[in-house]
Amino acid sequence: MDQQPPIPPSDLKLLGSWADSHTHRVQLALKLKGLPFQYQEEDPLRPSAALLIHNPVYKNLPVLLHRGCPVLHSIIILHFLDDTWPHHRSLLPSDPFDRATARFWSHFADDKLAPAVAAVFSSEGDGQKAAVDQVHQNLKLLELELGDGGAFGGRRFFGGDEIGFLDIVLGCGSYWLAVFEEVMEVKLVDPEAFPRFHAWLRDFEDQREVKETIPAIDKLLEYARTVRQMMLGGGATAAAGDNAASN
Amino acid sequence: MAEAVVLLDLWVSPFGQRCRIALAEKGVAYEYKEQDLDNKSPLLLQANPVHKKIPVLIHDGKPVCESLIIVQYIDEVWSDGAPLLPADPYARAQARFWGDFIDKKMERSCISNLHMNFQSLFRCELNANKSSAFCSFSMDQIYEYGTRLWKLKGEAHQEAKKEFIEILKVLEAELGDKKYFGGDAFGYVDIALVPFCPWFYTFETCGGFSVEAEAPKLVAWGKRCLERESVSKVFDDPVKVYEILKQVYGFE
Repeated sequence: MDQQPPIPPSDLKLLGSWADSHTHRVQLALKLKGLPFQYQEEDPLRPSAALLIHNPVYKNLPVLLHRGCPVLHSIIILHFLDDTWPHHRSLLPSDPFDRATARFWSHFADDKLAPAVAAVFSSEGDGQKAAVDQVHQNLKLLELELGDGGAFGGRRFFGGDEIGFLDIVLGCGSYWLAVFEEVMEVKLVDPEAFPRFHAWLRDFEDQREVKETIPAIDKLLEYARTVRQMMLGGGATAAAGDNAASN
Repeated sequence: MAEAVVLLDLWVSPFGQRCRIALAEKGVAYEYKEQDLDNKSPLLLQANPVHKKIPVLIHDGKPVCESLIIVQYIDEVWSDGAPLLPADPYARAQARFWGDFIDKKMERSCISNLHMNFQSLFRCELNANKSSAFCSFSMDQIYEYGTRLWKLKGEAHQEAKKEFIEILKVLEAELGDKKYFGGDAFGYVDIALVPFCPWFYTFETCGGFSVEAEAPKLVAWGKRCLERESVSKVFDDPVKVYEILKQVYGFE
C-alpha cells in the first residue's frame, strides 16, 4: 500500500450548518476517514457569498471544498471521499451489488423517509396522523431488510460490523425521530414494532465518532421547539420551518 | 451468458433507455423483458417490491433498481469496457451531480406517470373518443415542467415555460463547447440526458418556443449522440412521441 503524504487541513473546507443532518453526514465521514478539515458555519437562510459562488444551482448545504473546488450533495461528497482517499477507511462496500443496494436505500432515505419525517414536523391533526403512518410504513421496509432474508439481515450495522455509507446516510437524520417524538408528542420508533431498527439506531448513536458529530439532544430539542413555534406563528418564518423540517 | 443478465423495462421509458444504452456501450448481452405496468408481473414485484417500478436489472438472479444506480452498476461490473464515469474523483463527483440534476428536473415532468398511459394506449384500440387510455389518467398526478407546458394556460403556462427553458440553459452552459458532457468520451451524464431528447419536440410545440434557439449546443450534442449505435437503437422518433402525448392529453 502506498504511503500517502499527510493531508494539509487547508485542503478540505466544509461549509455547513450545525443543525443540518446532511452536514453531519460529511463531518462524520471525514472523521471516520481520519481526514482533517476546516469548518465554516453557514446560515441556510442567509447564504454567504462563498456559498452562492460554489453552489449557484441549488444554493444549499453542505458544500465541500477540496483545494478550492466545490463538491455538492452529501451522498456525492461521501462517494468523492472514497474515490479520492481509497486507502483510508472505505465508506462504501467494495462489491458492486452491495454498493447498488446501499445507493438504493440512501435514495430511499432522502426521497421517502426524510420527507415523511419532515411532514410529521410541519403538519397538524389528520395531516400529521397520515404523516406518522407514512413514517411507520417506511420504517417497516427498513425493518424487513434488517431481518432474516433481508439485504442487511443479521448485521449489527448496514455496513456490517462497522458503520459505513448507509449507516451515515440513515443515521445522520434519524436523531430527528426522537426529537420530533418529544416535540410533537407522537410515537415514531416503537421498539416493539421496529426492534431491529431501534437497536441499530441505538448502536449507531453509541459510536464515539457519532457522539462527537451529532449535536446534544437538548440543543436539537430547543431548535425544533423554536422552529415549530415560528411555523405556527406563520409568515416569513415559515421558511425556517421548511428548512428545519427538510434537515 | 445472455440469460445471466435480464432487463425489466418498458420500451418508451427514458429511464429504461438509459440502461439499454449503457449495456450496449459495454457490449453486454442481455434478455429484454417488456413489462405490463397495468398488470405487474410477479417477477417485477419480486425484483422491486419497494417501488414496483421499471427499469430493474437482474444479474445472476440479483435485482438492481433505479436507472442511474443501474448505470453505475454496469460500469463497475463490466469494468473492462470503456468507462462511463471518468477516472478523476472530482470529475466523477461532477458527473454524479449532473446526473442527479437531470433526474430531479426531468422526472418531475411526469414521465413516470405517463408510462401507465403509454402502456394503455398501446394495448387499446386508438379511437376517436379517446377511451380508457385517457380516462385512466389521473389528473392529480400532473406536476411541473414539461407536462405543465401542455396543461396550464396563461400565466402559469408562461411560468412553466420559463422554468423549462432555464433548465435547458443550465445544461447548455454545462455542456459548453465539449463534444459530450464528460469531454471527449461519451458517458454517464450523456446517458442520463439523451433519452429525453425525443421529448423536446413535444415540449417546444406545446410551449411555443424553439429548443434549438434556446439551447443550440444541446441540440447539436443530441445529434452527435444519435450517431452512436447504442443511442440510435433506443431513440424514439420525436414526432411519434408527440402524436402519442397528443392522443393521451388531447391537446391541440
